Amino acid sequence: MTGFDLLRLKDWTDPVPPAGREVASRLPEDDEGRPPVLFVPGLGHGAWAFAEHWLPHTAGRGFPAHVLGPRPGGDLRAQVHDVVQTAASLPRRAVLVGHGVGAHVVARALARYPARAAVLVAPVLDGWAAAGSALLANPGGTLPALFGGRLRVSARQLFGSGLPAERAAEYLERIAPRPRAELLRRAVPPRPVGAPPVLVVGSPDDRVVSRKALDRAAAAYSGAPLLFPGMGHDLMLEDSWAEPIDAILDWLRKQV
Amino acid sequence: MHDSPDPGDRRDAVCVVGAGASGLTAVKNLLELGFQVDCYERETAVGGAWNWRHDRSPVYAGTHLISSRPLTEFPDFPMPDSWPDYPHHSQVLTYLERYSAHFGLGEHIWFGTEVVSAAPTGDGGWEVTTRSTGGGSSRTSRYAAVVVANGHNWDPRRPTIPGEFRGRLMHSSAYKDPAVLRGRKVLVIGGGNTGCDIAVEAAQQAGQVWHSTRRGYWYAPKYVLGRPADQVNGRLLRLRLPLRLRQWLYRRTVRLTTGDLTRFGLPAPDHQPYESHPIVNSQLPYYLGHGRITPVPDVTAFDDASVELADGRRIEPDLVITATGYRPRFEFLAPELLAADEHGRPDLHLHVFARQHPTLAVIGLLQPDSGVFPLAHWQSVAVARWLRLRLDDPARAAAVQQQESAKPLAAWSKRRVVKTDRHWFEVDHLDYLRSLESLLNEMEPAA
Repeated sequence: MTGFDLLRLKDWTDPVPPAGREVASRLPEDDEGRPPVLFVPGLGHGAWAFAEHWLPHTAGRGFPAHVLGPRPGGDLRAQVHDVVQTAASLPRRAVLVGHGVGAHVVARALARYPARAAVLVAPVLDGWAAAGSALLANPGGTLPALFGGRLRVSARQLFGSGLPAERAAEYLERIAPRPRAELLRRAVPPRPVGAPPVLVVGSPDDRVVSRKALDRAAAAYSGAPLLFPGMGHDLMLEDSWAEPIDAILDWLRKQV
Repeated sequence: MHDSPDPGDRRDAVCVVGAGASGLTAVKNLLELGFQVDCYERETAVGGAWNWRHDRSPVYAGTHLISSRPLTEFPDFPMPDSWPDYPHHSQVLTYLERYSAHFGLGEHIWFGTEVVSAAPTGDGGWEVTTRSTGGGSSRTSRYAAVVVANGHNWDPRRPTIPGEFRGRLMHSSAYKDPAVLRGRKVLVIGGGNTGCDIAVEAAQQAGQVWHSTRRGYWYAPKYVLGRPADQVNGRLLRLRLPLRLRQWLYRRTVRLTTGDLTRFGLPAPDHQPYESHPIVNSQLPYYLGHGRITPVPDVTAFDDASVELADGRRIEPDLVITATGYRPRFEFLAPELLAADEHGRPDLHLHVFARQHPTLAVIGLLQPDSGVFPLAHWQSVAVARWLRLRLDDPARAAAVQQQESAKPLAAWSKRRVVKTDRHWFEVDHLDYLRSLESLLNEMEPAA
């Protein structure tokens, strides 16, 4: 983890241009003063991926819940900017929850915004490893992408066996990953400001993020990953989506 | 608190004086490192100088930021990117209110309470006496440390000009609304950013405008090549160009944008760029060229209805506005605590740390060539980490103090500045942040 980040010449001289941000929100019926939770979807996933189950469920458990849709064509820096802008626009210090590449975005946003807490769900911090796993699980869909072609993902990569095939097909239709070359590196997460508690969540049967990658991510925050065996990479879309989010919210209640 | 024999003893808590931008970021960063904080604010709301409702606020209706948004916002709480490059003062206040609410700072602030005195107790702690603003009974509490963030733009520095003036004479701190300028003959004294802003407003409202400056300045435009000028300047810094080259480029840029102002009767600058606080004003040259502003030299005397100038000319304004800045003032602290000189200017390490009192610090007492908020933020982080280190590892704290005291002044303080009363706390924000960064790294726990 790197040190302090005082000199931000890039941001001072070449600020990220503003863009309209898509934010969907579900608020609890009674405001009990809980911190807002901001979900950040991963590569190719839109705000819908969280709006499906986790967003209403989080609001149902008393946390104001928001999800930020990715900026079209935005690079990592622009995505981090959008997360920090959205978090700072909320009335209270927010909890950031990122999935996949969205967790990478959250890890970087933590260096720019003192979040109340953060959860990295199946985080893709190591782009090479994720590309390697993808090549193994789906060579036909992945190989062209490494040479500038289209990346196609398969149901087998993202979902566990529990998800009915027609639902998986329906989700796949909405997932349009456009990976950028900058993701193909092993990112060392920067040191978070404000020392927030950070939880890493994943599945040992994830075909994008390996068990080892989960351990490494958790170790970067001096913890161990919280594991949900049998689930695929897209934990929030699986049939058993309630288990991980309930565990996350239980953890959150203990932290805040 | 029941285990404490004295209800006024706040033990390891830190007292913060003032809930303006600097005080708020001090409270936030101290809380973040686990300190208990009591912040005392004489007004009934946050925002300090940026809250126009406050009687000590220097802002006027048309005040906008001089530095652009990215160089002005707190580094961990950006202003909305939909805001303009140079937000209005009311937006800055909204921003500070949201900062306070977002981080839940309000519950740590005692509003309507002013600090009457803060005195060291001899064991490193402080006895702080407070009372309701404007009177009432006082109350004394003990704190482990005092962080002063009472601002330095509220006590007007009024020039001593001999003679009596029959017209209206006001300091820029009392100037709020351009309506007072309408149709008047106005003399604005002072070549700082405020003086230039008011001269421009007068050019738009008044019947006649004189602008008196003691020396020539480098009037940078607010925009260069369609970008805020400070962002363009930052590109030069990013390239790590040496100062000489930057000064040359600055002169070139001013020549190509603002142009030569001596043609309008302004004196040529007597110093190099970067040797005084940057003046950023695109409109002043415009109104000079339209004959709406007449530049005049220093004022030497008042004589009934007329004003005598250094070149012997006499003019007859009916309103004189002195935009001659402010003095730092710490009426609740004995001057020797801050090692203040006869003008009340403290001598502090990094403009922050009292040299003789390791638990006394001042936030925001500096004049950078950028916004103050980011610097105040990192100052607060450094103060909070310093106080934490003193508690956790006194031996290392002593070593850090030793190392810091050996640092040359020139590393963080601008030495080559024009000799005036108001440039003593001028800093180059990059050099300054580098010095804070090295202090922060020194205080890191050994890996």
